[in-house]
Amino acid sequence: MSTPVATTPALSRRLLGGAGTDRAAHLARYGAPPHLRLDDLLQAVTESGLTGRGGGGFPTATKVRAVAAGSRKPVVVGNAMEGEPLSSKDAVLLTHNPHLVLDGLEVLARAMHAKRAILAVGPEIDAGPVTAAARGRRLDVVPLEGGFIAGQETALVNQLDGGAAMPRDPFTRVTESGVGGRPTLVLNAETLAQVALVARYGAAWFRSAGTGDDPGTSLFTITGSVASPGVVEAERGSVLREVLAPAEPLRPAAVLVGGYHGAWVPVADLDVRLTGAELAPYHATVGAGILHVLDGGTCPLDFAADVVAYLAGESARQCGPCLNGLPRLATDLKRLAVGVRDPDLPSEVRRMSALVTGRGACAHPDGSARFVASTLDVFRGHVSAHLGGWCPSGRQPLRVGRAS
Amino acid sequence: MTTRLHVDWTRCDGHGSCVELLPRLLGVDDFGFPVPHSGERDPVVPRGEEDAARHAVRNCPLMALRMYDAAS
Repeated sequence: MSTPVATTPALSRRLLGGAGTDRAAHLARYGAPPHLRLDDLLQAVTESGLTGRGGGGFPTATKVRAVAAGSRKPVVVGNAMEGEPLSSKDAVLLTHNPHLVLDGLEVLARAMHAKRAILAVGPEIDAGPVTAAARGRRLDVVPLEGGFIAGQETALVNQLDGGAAMPRDPFTRVTESGVGGRPTLVLNAETLAQVALVARYGAAWFRSAGTGDDPGTSLFTITGSVASPGVVEAERGSVLREVLAPAEPLRPAAVLVGGYHGAWVPVADLDVRLTGAELAPYHATVGAGILHVLDGGTCPLDFAADVVAYLAGESARQCGPCLNGLPRLATDLKRLAVGVRDPDLPSEVRRMSALVTGRGACAHPDGSARFVASTLDVFRGHVSAHLGGWCPSGRQPLRVGRAS
Repeated sequence: MTTRLHVDWTRCDGHGSCVELLPRLLGVDDFGFPVPHSGERDPVVPRGEEDAARHAVRNCPLMALRMYDAAS
């Protein structure tokens, strides 16, 4: 294992203190990336407790181990698709610190004797800096087609194999058979940057930030009703209110944690810590670090109806429950939002959310249903008010009236 | 060891032959697609239903079904 170097970055400036595309400045700041054998790298990543920063939160070491166990040389893929409209942390990371992401990709590819190393970049990300940073490295930066689900592991593999950005049946995992039929390791761009740090400074250094159960730092994208939207880096397990503070929330009513596949934390609970355990009661996870602030003057049901209409439009239209169920959810939420006084609407929305869950090839129906269920839970009072013909956000009556 | 039934949702077109052949295991949703009564993603095939399940796998016109052995 490598030993810590003198230039260990300060806490919470681990990822965003980069030197742009200048490799000499990058090396001066972080030191040269070590050449690690797979065993040593795996030991460091395992002990670090690093989990995926792309949304799933899966232990990185488990994934690496599964792919390395394959009999063929693997493919290592960095996922910088960032199809979630509320997220821009990978874009910021690849602008400010492209070398760190590429270091992580190279360290893994070398240790695993990979056939290929690829960084897949979505259309919302400026591929310029990372393409410049990739010169002279044995990896490919590949710009791909986007969309909300394009970063789903199987959709990404499909596109890299020359197909459409469509998920495939996950029965055979990409860790067994992915790009070109080879065992494929797909890790989010931020996860790769974290691997590059763990490889250099070791697990103990990594764990010096965050909590015992959830170590390290994460990037958070803060959007919505805030004075200064943007990307911040914070320790895992930080208090939500403190992570939001630099963005200066304006009249917050609730925070959507985890983006359009995420869940709401009401403003009364902003002192929750951003850990799996403390977010579990809200059915939220840190996910890809998206924090969207909803202000008290915006109707949450109207907001949710628009989000679900968008999500329905982003379905790959392959799986029946998603193709049919999400538009139904969007329609019923919109009816609730505009003031249709049908008392069966909330239970119908709940029933449909449960119906689509677990019945698709990718996480899209499940994530969309999670967001819908959370909206009904957290804004229960708001739902009742709408059914009574009143919107508390607009402080005005709704004029649609009873369902016929 | 249990046997489970897996639906490839990218193939399934809601033909419904599996629902006909496995009424104890599968119902049908609002849109004509199979839905496991148990609510599981890949429902357990109960003892005594294995032959019917194999029959359903063979008869799916879109080859969207498969059976597999799982640890639990």
